Amino acid sequence: MRKLFLIGLKDLKLIFRDRAALTIMLLAPFLLTIGMGFVTGRFSGGSSGLADIPVVIVNLDNEQLGNALADVFSSRELASLVEPSASPDPVAARRLIDEDKAAAAIIIPAGFTRSIIPAEGTAFDESFVEPEVVKIEVYANPGRPTSAGVVKAIVDEFISRVEEGRTSSMTSILQLIQAGLLDPQNGESEAQRLFENVDQSEATAIVLKKVQQGAAAVDFDILAYMAPAMALLFLMYTVSHGGRSILLERSQGTLPRLLVSPTSSAQVLGGKVMGIFFTGVAQVGILILASAVLFGVRWGDPAGVAVLILATVYGAAGWGLLITTLARTPAQVGSIGSAIMLIFGILGGSFINLEQMPPYVQNLSKITPNAWGLDGFTTLSLGGTLADLKEPITALLIMGSVLFAAAVMLFNRKGMMQQ
Amino acid sequence: MNAILEVQNLVKKYGEFIAVNGISFEIQEGEIFSLLGPNGAGKTTTISMLSTLYSPTSGDAVIGGHSITKEPMAVKQVIGVVPQELALYEDLTARENLVFWGQMYGLSGKSLNNRVDEVLEQIGLTDKAKNRIKTYSGGMKRRVNIGVGLLHRPRLLFMDEPSVGIDPQSRRAILDTVKDLNRQGMTVLYTTHYMEEAQELSNRVGIIDHGELIALGTQKELTQQVGETETLILHIGENDDSESLAKSLNGIKDVLEASAGDHEVSVVAQEAEEVLAAVVTRANERGVRIRSIDIREPNLEAVFLHLTGRALRD
Repeated sequence: MRKLFLIGLKDLKLIFRDRAALTIMLLAPFLLTIGMGFVTGRFSGGSSGLADIPVVIVNLDNEQLGNALADVFSSRELASLVEPSASPDPVAARRLIDEDKAAAAIIIPAGFTRSIIPAEGTAFDESFVEPEVVKIEVYANPGRPTSAGVVKAIVDEFISRVEEGRTSSMTSILQLIQAGLLDPQNGESEAQRLFENVDQSEATAIVLKKVQQGAAAVDFDILAYMAPAMALLFLMYTVSHGGRSILLERSQGTLPRLLVSPTSSAQVLGGKVMGIFFTGVAQVGILILASAVLFGVRWGDPAGVAVLILATVYGAAGWGLLITTLARTPAQVGSIGSAIMLIFGILGGSFINLEQMPPYVQNLSKITPNAWGLDGFTTLSLGGTLADLKEPITALLIMGSVLFAAAVMLFNRKGMMQQ
Repeated sequence: MNAILEVQNLVKKYGEFIAVNGISFEIQEGEIFSLLGPNGAGKTTTISMLSTLYSPTSGDAVIGGHSITKEPMAVKQVIGVVPQELALYEDLTARENLVFWGQMYGLSGKSLNNRVDEVLEQIGLTDKAKNRIKTYSGGMKRRVNIGVGLLHRPRLLFMDEPSVGIDPQSRRAILDTVKDLNRQGMTVLYTTHYMEEAQELSNRVGIIDHGELIALGTQKELTQQVGETETLILHIGENDDSESLAKSLNGIKDVLEASAGDHEVSVVAQEAEEVLAAVVTRANERGVRIRSIDIREPNLEAVFLHLTGRALRD
């Protein structure tokens, strides 16, 4: 095992002394990430992530819950994320969106509060008919899908909390009445009081929850997608470059020299794989770290990030080794590797978000480490943790293991570790 | 002396092509043994089989008591290999290269560092140890290439044409290193197509051609195969007639044979100096202008020529 590490470390050292390789491995994805940041407007405004998302709020309800929702958008906690403005007219608000002057409009219809909290003196009336819930409209700007998605997520969270509060307070009152512990005459006022308490606490909880757990989900940063997208695109270069070094060592005479030392061919191959793995981990790790330090991208759960990097590089390294077995010369590995890098980049969502791809492309993307890796990084940046990465990590580990097995079989069959 | 290497009817075939055809020889502990032959004779293939890189098609060799076919890992501990081509990492420094290769031979820690220092001293590169290999001259690279083979103090060192493509000064340094290593007790198998190197270094020489060992022995034993005559070479002017001069020289006492070449005449005699004066006088009498004269003693080149009808560098 020691020799495997030594060979791997030697390869890592060599690649970090190769300026051309470093340019492609680190500088190119870094510059492309910056470019993408400018294209998407990431660098034209705030400090980190999406910031100052313009939202138009049309509060036609003007009662308890409508006001609470408007207050959420004006809260101190969301001050850096959204920039709300009020409008009395839904048509005018929609026009602002159509003219790309805001990311979304939230139209709170009249009667929204009453559709959830009945007016005093009506709830326990025999003729009371539960009103149909009036729905809030989120009028989204299709040109700003991410920002509009963030606004919608905030509204959804608010509605979900309100619904929880209403259900729990009504259930409590009914149980109290059935048990004879509460006079039905007092039920309505008690329910009103309970709901108001729940509403207040839950309204606070909405904000608190966003800050403590779901902040990343709301504060989604486009660079949290672009940076790993570019890193994984160029990871395919790195793994094919690593595979190429096996054939290069053979032609340069260092592979035969290794084989005449007391080192088995399995150790040499294992060491080369270790080198590919070390290099890939270093590359993705550096790019992820650089994007966090320089661009303020918040990657979320560090354990999740670390495990995801290892798993993604493992899956990609399997491809790198397989590519090597398909080539006869180092130049051929370079050519095949470049082609695979671009194809996987397209299929894996490095250039275009997979959600915008046809279903068959989305299915095909599952063969790429890019797609699984990006899936994982997106999950993390949206607030997920290591526990949420079971699917991509399992898929990447299976991918790597299958590809390694196939590559080793081909290596042996072709006698590639013989001179 | 004990044989450290016993080669037994070693054969290597690539399809129909026979690269090495049943060669057998022994190397005694402490000697320098040269395999002399032209390019493509099978020298590198032989070394590659002996160093366990290639499996022989048939036959075997025993090195330090271990079979190359049955105990390759044990053989690798006994041997050191200096390949014909430079086998170094150009982006690593000389020290880093030596440390890495030392680690591959199981060295570590202080003993590794000490040994690397010793080898750097031995190859004369202590001062440049921190420079990357790619900044070195060809000769310096060759020295590091040799140094790698010495790190684990092998009992038997294989050197496959280590002086190919380098300047005379570096070649001299390499030959001196080989002699120095041998003085320290290292056994060396040296392959070359330079007759002069084999003559200078070897206790015994094996001459290989077309994959077969066509002669084997000490230099004296080999040169005796072509007789103990000497050859006088007269280089003459471009307008002089070498044919008629050769004919006239054949009549001189003690001249065994005179033959014409391209602006030169070869005169074979038991002792070249004894016929020299008469030969020069005869040339003067015939108005032939002698530009220079060489005296060639029997050598391995002559042996190769005698055995194959070709020069070593043909």
